[in-house]
Amino acid sequence: MTSTTDKKNINLTLKIWRQKGPDNNGLETYYADDISTDMSFLEMIDVINERLTLEGKDPVAFDHDCREGICGMCGAMINGRAHGPEKGTTLCQLHMRHFADGDTLVIEPWRSRAFKIIKDLVVDRSPLDKIIQAGGYISVNAGGAPDANAIPIPQETAETAMDAATCIGCGACVASCPNASAMLFVGAKISHLALLPQGKPEAMLRVMDMVNEMDRLCFGNCANHRECEAECPKEISITNIARLNREFIKSRLF
Amino acid sequence: MSWFTNTFKTSIGKKLIMAVTGLSFICFLMAHLAGNLTLYGGENAFNSYVERLHTFGPVITIVELGLLFLVITHVLTGSILFYQNILARPIRYKVYKSAGGRSLGSATMPYSGFIILAFIIFHLINFHFADKTGTTIFQIVAKAFANPLYIVIYIAAMIVLAIHISHAFWSLFQTIGADHPKYTPLIRIAGIVISLIFGVGFGFLPVYVSLI
Ligand code: HEM
Ligand code: SF4
Ligand code: FES
Repeated sequence: MTSTTDKKNINLTLKIWRQKGPDNNGLETYYADDISTDMSFLEMIDVINERLTLEGKDPVAFDHDCREGICGMCGAMINGRAHGPEKGTTLCQLHMRHFADGDTLVIEPWRSRAFKIIKDLVVDRSPLDKIIQAGGYISVNAGGAPDANAIPIPQETAETAMDAATCIGCGACVASCPNASAMLFVGAKISHLALLPQGKPEAMLRVMDMVNEMDRLCFGNCANHRECEAECPKEISITNIARLNREFIKSRLF
Repeated sequence: MSWFTNTFKTSIGKKLIMAVTGLSFICFLMAHLAGNLTLYGGENAFNSYVERLHTFGPVITIVELGLLFLVITHVLTGSILFYQNILARPIRYKVYKSAGGRSLGSATMPYSGFIILAFIIFHLINFHFADKTGTTIFQIVAKAFANPLYIVIYIAAMIVLAIHISHAFWSLFQTIGADHPKYTPLIRIAGIVISLIFGVGFGFLPVYVSLI
């Protein structure tokens, strides 16, 4: 399926999960004919939606914003894989050249108890925001911009923190986790703050508050399946989950 | 009590319980396997090992009760996690594909766990609660493994145990946060090696006993 085709345009069969309505119920089949392989996945859905609109039908609802892999708005399961079959890309960065003429694609929204479905492929990911509100911040009085090098931070530490901070909050980790756990997201957020001096003063409180909020929102429990790190568009490592576990233990013991 | 409940009611707290109790079982199994290897020394070697073990008297009873407590804790906590994880995704995907993270072990933890529990009960009935008057432990063991069905059950259970530990060993280190680019690959290999040692070490014993 990931084979590159020489043909410029391809024909696909899409089975898209649609909100229950007068016209649909569950997986609906659409024929996506004459799709340019230069398109991104979202552009392909745009084309489908234009055709549906012309036919007087309800277009497929899906989330998107930046369309360059930085905002974290897009995302869907494509044939059972979060953001599709390519590694390290969001759905907006997935190109149709990775699919072959005649492929059938099953497209489903993120599934988890914590993410309520709004419509079709649009899910409510505000539970991730609630976890941030519970402790994913530092309390400082915002004044003038501080001197960039006032606090010396080793390059390696800065890089590790930055790797964790690349999380765009897309929710693919939750969607791909067999247990619908949000530990990669929380691990990334805890890590980028815990690694830096500015995050240290509140580290003990933060980890308990964020873990409690994650549990309260009914995300599942991590069982170290490692599906999240394989699907994360930012390739965030589960090393951040181990750091979250360490931060948790520290906050309990000291 | 509030520190205790606040800690262990969380998802990470429950995982820590699984890791610590599970690690204790692995330590116990190492000792158990080492003791059972005396079977390769024949009837007398095995019987004298059992006799020596029993001279520890109350210590053995305390260890047994400790293990019982740990098993109950591991099984109950594991069941809660399993149940919560099912609830966390009430509507399943029509199509779901692994991106390569899951392993046979990780995908089957609760199922392999319950099979091991059933086996532990079966095993205790056979040997621990067996009538030991006028016979030796070796005779009880030899009699059990004269039955091919017992050999099959024991080997199957040891394969399941090896599958459980193939994920559990590495996973427990990740749970307690013991992760390092230099050592994690070694821990993963050690997990596979230990599950093979348990699988082959325990699994071959019934065959050997039935042959002598
Ligand atoms: C002697 C036998 C056993 C050993 C050596 C063992 C070992 C372990 C270890 C070390 C873990 C921790 C993994 C982690 O921290 O991520 C674990 C997890 C688990 N064990 Fe066992 N276990 C045994 C028996 C059982 C039994 C009888 C059950 C019965 C239900 C069980 C069910 C589970 C489950 C469900 C998990 C996964 C928990 C999760 O990650 O969500 N295990 N086991
Ligand atoms: S950790 Fe990765 S998969 Fe999870 S929300 Fe952040 S960017 Fe998305
Ligand atoms: S639309 Fe912004 S990441 Fe895909």
